Amino acid sequence: MSLNKHLFTEKQEWKSTRNGLGDGLVEVGRRNKNVYALTADLGGSTKITKFKELFPERFVQVGVAEQNLASVASGLAHMGKIPFITSFSVFSPGRNWEQIRTTICYNNQPVKITSTHSGLGVGEDGATHQALEDIAITRALPNIDVIVPCDYEQAKKAVVAVSKTEKPAYIRLNRQKTPLITTKKTSFKIGEAQVLLEGKKLAIIACGPMVYEALLAAKKLEKEKVSVAVINMHTIKPLDKKKIIKYAKITKRILTVEDHQVHGGLGSAIAETITQEHPTKMKIMGVKDKFGESGPYQELFKKHGLTHNEIIKEAKKLIKK
Amino acid sequence: MEKNRSVQELEELANILRQNVIKILHKARSGHPAGSLGMADIFAALYFKHLNLYPKKPKHPDRDILVLSNGHICPVMYAAMAGKGFFPKDELLTLRKAGSRLQGHPHREALPGLETSSGPLGSGISQAAGMALALKNDRKPNKVVCITSDGEHQSGNTWEAVMFAEKYGLGNLTVIVDRNNIQIDGNTEDIMPLKSLREKYASFGWGAIEINGNNMKEILVALHKSMQPRKHPLVIISHTTPGKGVSFMENKYEWHGRTLSEEEAMKAVEELEENRGKIL
Repeated sequence: MSLNKHLFTEKQEWKSTRNGLGDGLVEVGRRNKNVYALTADLGGSTKITKFKELFPERFVQVGVAEQNLASVASGLAHMGKIPFITSFSVFSPGRNWEQIRTTICYNNQPVKITSTHSGLGVGEDGATHQALEDIAITRALPNIDVIVPCDYEQAKKAVVAVSKTEKPAYIRLNRQKTPLITTKKTSFKIGEAQVLLEGKKLAIIACGPMVYEALLAAKKLEKEKVSVAVINMHTIKPLDKKKIIKYAKITKRILTVEDHQVHGGLGSAIAETITQEHPTKMKIMGVKDKFGESGPYQELFKKHGLTHNEIIKEAKKLIKK
Repeated sequence: MEKNRSVQELEELANILRQNVIKILHKARSGHPAGSLGMADIFAALYFKHLNLYPKKPKHPDRDILVLSNGHICPVMYAAMAGKGFFPKDELLTLRKAGSRLQGHPHREALPGLETSSGPLGSGISQAAGMALALKNDRKPNKVVCITSDGEHQSGNTWEAVMFAEKYGLGNLTVIVDRNNIQIDGNTEDIMPLKSLREKYASFGWGAIEINGNNMKEILVALHKSMQPRKHPLVIISHTTPGKGVSFMENKYEWHGRTLSEEEAMKAVEELEENRGKIL
């Protein structure tokens, strides 16, 4: 797959995935008059103000009430609408998890849960707002797709893609700006992992903002003549098992990186496949059973070992094993 | 024809619903009889007169929507659905059995005619409000009725939905509260006092009326009133007797989630049979 040609150059562009939600929603809102956007008093932060201006009757403001947010959306979906509920991950799918379970997933209603603030990337707001458990609690539910786009373009495409599926979906997004890794033309298919770099010694599988760190690490390792593959696992569920097994066979070593607890997230999902279908040496990088804290997100990533330098260290250790 | 059903006919149908509730709960060996019996009159009025339903085409776009929020009283809804022709009556005896479409708490995808899955309390009004909003925005005339328990008014989610329905002027939404004063651990006013639900709803801007939910005439008057054009959602606080129709079960919270022995079931059915046609 070809990367954005400006990546790693001075022209590299930075944009947040939450803006991908806002712009993607405007696009699907134009195409399909059944698309609704809902928010629980966070419409500005979740970037859906433009949707509100363009389609006021299809914009729903529920106030600070995430349980209602999820269940009202279930009701709208039951009547043929395609509701996107927008909030922060700690509140949705955090606070309203049971409503998501019963009224959305058990009912199998096509509600799209989109959350713009997740992980340590939230930064200064601190641990209360840094969801590090949301992948675990959503992927445990039947019927739902779980998607973690790596950049703005991919977030936009994910919004378009889930608007066309007749089932629940969770899209995990970020507040902070991240580099554009893909382009408008890059294809996106739910459940189809993207191999960003080919390599032989090790496969780094990452999602969300960690994909860029993984690419940086691979580039540096390349200079040291260490050939490393980088896979963007933008869909955690359904998981692209074929590609995981393929690269486990090629590289014999898998390193996963995520801005999420090491329990229950991307690494766990991959380990479930690896241990049962093709046992391979593995290392899971993520937040190790801790809450976050306030501070610039770059410093927080450093503190929790989620930088390209740490990825390089772990990669070297794994290759030596 | 159905629209002209008399009070007496509907009372007869409610009696049959009660007998079926007893029979199927006895057969299932677990479940919730008190609320099911208390709400039989309202279910008879809804299924056999008030709602436009299409049992042979359950997803008909012109149908009215019934959302059961307190899913645990599904035995009476299943009895009404079978009576209406949504599925064969014999299937009622499969309630709570492995492989049955009649799950212990309703599962939308299992049984055609169910509008939602429910059991966890407090989110029914939210869903009904979402449906009512979609219908209102699409300028469709379908009615949305949501049945709730009084106990679930202790849940915050319920009041989130109450605020929402008023904000969006959902005049096509009617909520019926089964005000039977009991919940699984005891009497509602001991567990967590709800006090006047009518006053609470009214203060949120809703139309609010109170009726005897075991009096068919009062039920019909309230449902008729709910059909008049309005700008606000309407709540019908229905004071019902839990366990209604079976003397040894009435007003005893112990029967919220306890089923009947063979002897108790026979005694209950006998009593209901004797009282057929009488106003209880």
